[in-house]
Amino acid sequence: MSKIEKLSKNSKKAIQKNDYTVALAGNPNVGKSTIFNNLTGMNQHTGNWTGKTVANAIGYFEYRGETYKLVDIPGTYSIMSHSEEEEIARNYICFGNPDVTIVVVDATCLERNLNLVLQITEITNHIILCVNLLDEAKKKKITINLEKLSNILKIPVVGVTARKKKTLNELLKVTRKVCDGKEDTKNTYQVQYDEKIEKVIGKLEKIIIENYQIEEKLARWISIKILDGEEKILREIEKNAGMHLSDSIKIKGKEVDKNILEIRQEILTKLEEEDITKDIFKEKIVSTIVKDSENIARQVCHFENKDYAKRDRKIDKILTSKKYGIPIMILFLLLIFWITIVGANYPSQFLFSLFGNIQEKLIEFATYINCPEWLSNMLILGVYQTLTWVISVMLPPMAIFFPLFTILEDLGYLPRIAFNMDGFFKRACSSGKQMITMCMGFGCNSCGVTGCRIIDSTRERLIAILTNNLVPCNGRFPFLITVATIFIAGTIGGFGASILSTLCVILVIILGIIMTLVISKILSKTILKGMPSSFVLELPPYRKPQFLKVLVRSIFDRTIFILGRAIAVAAPAGLVIWLFANIGVEGQSLLVIVANFLDPFAKLMGLDGYILTAFILGIPANEIVLPIILMCYMQGTSLVNMEDTFAIGEILRQNGWTILTAINVMLFTVFHFPCATTLLTIKKETGSLKWTVVSFLIPTACGIVLCMFTTLIYHVFLI
Amino acid sequence: MKKRTINELAIEETGVISKITGEETIKRRLLDLGLIEGTSIKPVLVSPSGDPRAFEFRGGLIAIRREDGMNIEIKC
Repeated sequence: MSKIEKLSKNSKKAIQKNDYTVALAGNPNVGKSTIFNNLTGMNQHTGNWTGKTVANAIGYFEYRGETYKLVDIPGTYSIMSHSEEEEIARNYICFGNPDVTIVVVDATCLERNLNLVLQITEITNHIILCVNLLDEAKKKKITINLEKLSNILKIPVVGVTARKKKTLNELLKVTRKVCDGKEDTKNTYQVQYDEKIEKVIGKLEKIIIENYQIEEKLARWISIKILDGEEKILREIEKNAGMHLSDSIKIKGKEVDKNILEIRQEILTKLEEEDITKDIFKEKIVSTIVKDSENIARQVCHFENKDYAKRDRKIDKILTSKKYGIPIMILFLLLIFWITIVGANYPSQFLFSLFGNIQEKLIEFATYINCPEWLSNMLILGVYQTLTWVISVMLPPMAIFFPLFTILEDLGYLPRIAFNMDGFFKRACSSGKQMITMCMGFGCNSCGVTGCRIIDSTRERLIAILTNNLVPCNGRFPFLITVATIFIAGTIGGFGASILSTLCVILVIILGIIMTLVISKILSKTILKGMPSSFVLELPPYRKPQFLKVLVRSIFDRTIFILGRAIAVAAPAGLVIWLFANIGVEGQSLLVIVANFLDPFAKLMGLDGYILTAFILGIPANEIVLPIILMCYMQGTSLVNMEDTFAIGEILRQNGWTILTAINVMLFTVFHFPCATTLLTIKKETGSLKWTVVSFLIPTACGIVLCMFTTLIYHVFLI
Repeated sequence: MKKRTINELAIEETGVISKITGEETIKRRLLDLGLIEGTSIKPVLVSPSGDPRAFEFRGGLIAIRREDGMNIEIKC
């Protein structure tokens, strides 16, 4: 039995007070989340999107009778500057009062990781250094002298391989010791700056300690930050440490008519006289820490094989080469889509028949209890059928796509995609990271929108969110393929047909990508003015994906999460669709009335009123657009499920579909408003109704214009 | 003497950083990555579109665009 006892859901609720609070810090991509999940039993985390925790995730675990609250703070390289994650991380470590902060580092690149470790040793004494990925280091023949590292830093150092749960026991033991105060962590390593700087830091530190109730170490850190003068940090200090920088203070017991800011100014002026300008001061602070990291790493790391990255570089040369880089990327993506679409068919069929059987039973039951027919129809054929339909068509593709995508993510391939594509996106005043979010969008636009969190610059993130819907998701692929097969390939038949229809779909997707770039550029020049921000992207070492554990779990996090949102919209939408088809005036259903009303406008777009109505009613999920169209044409009162492409083609042709209709339907499928789930997600991510509306309007406007354009061309040339 | 930046380094040619220049926020970001005076840096990969390039330094591999590379001067 493992010594870590996971808390069941019930007992978790019972926790009133936890004995200790533990913070988990570290660079991105060092396996922090794996540690978090392994300790808390995976029952808390809310999806670590492409290596990023943007808010603090909180979980609980028990160890030897005591309860620990574990706070997973965002992964950052540093906590000195002002990105959102760094702010959250810094605030928690400084002012969140954790009993201990565990800093997780990657054994394969200790030197760069130490930078953050040293920054944290400046803030608190209660640190444990957790050296993770020892197995990867071993493979690369890198050895680290943990004991020596511990002696230099004067903090406990634990080596682990987080994916192997057993190795975490030592970490727990040490955590408990530190929490109990049994481990001496008083005199941790202290970065020593240059003499002149040390002198002024000391001066300010003394004043702070005299005037405020602040621990020595934190006082030193605050002094450095005050001298550094980063506005945002100063405001945080005022807010969280209860220091009012503009209050007058005492020096050596005497009230002086000055505040800290004025004293700072005096010090800075003096430093400037000694040729240390503000810029040089900042640079010295940063570079001293970097140099210290370099020194320490040199003392404890031993590289048996100097070319430990050789294999990675070889792979990189191929995956990012001018000739093969982009074709390989396209091949990977096509492979994923192909597996998804083909593989999803079977479970989808199964779910359909399962839900169908239940539906029959439900109808029987309704008759048995003498439920009025209109009510049972409304609930079963309306709400139930739409709901189960959405589940049947959405669940299988997502449950296949996301595991595959996560494998690419775990391997470390996604940053290479961003690297390959950055040049194109830079011209659209955005960054290559947008391509990663688009790839996710192919799976599900809602996930793509959430994935935009990986983009640091707010402006570029917003662009990526607003344009994500321009790439078609899993829900739209089958419809595109069906239409292309019937109308474009159907005329030739045979093997050539399937190639031709595939080509058509690819063509539409490429158009979507081009439009994404064009719209991004337009947005950058108009409502979201700005130049591309500096682009710094780490290309981490390739790693073996943890196929089972984290994979399956994170997938079900994503899939179930999205499905939950979709269901929330599908149920009421089912009701509305049913009402539209069944309520009417003078023998005409609402559906017909609306369709007739929209018809003149739809004709301008080369569509018809029913198609447009179907797109509007299909807002809960793109998958139900075709069933609604068929329902309209067959004058049915509930959604129509047809497997036979040929039969679908017959119905569509009988209702006046031409090649122009087919092309425009395909265009409008790619370019129209996002589904309700995506809209909800956009609202949540941007926190703004305005941007949600904009995200609705942009693709819709594109679609309307494109369709009208093709219709115009078609008529001009064919009259 | 003409300034030389990491953009002028050929693939697999190692340079040693002499100075980081440029606007405050960009400078800060570069410094945070450990790009300080004396750091050895070597471009190893080029993106298919020619820019950015990926540089090896301090045991990591990081993509830097030409615009940002302009701010990283190397010793001649």
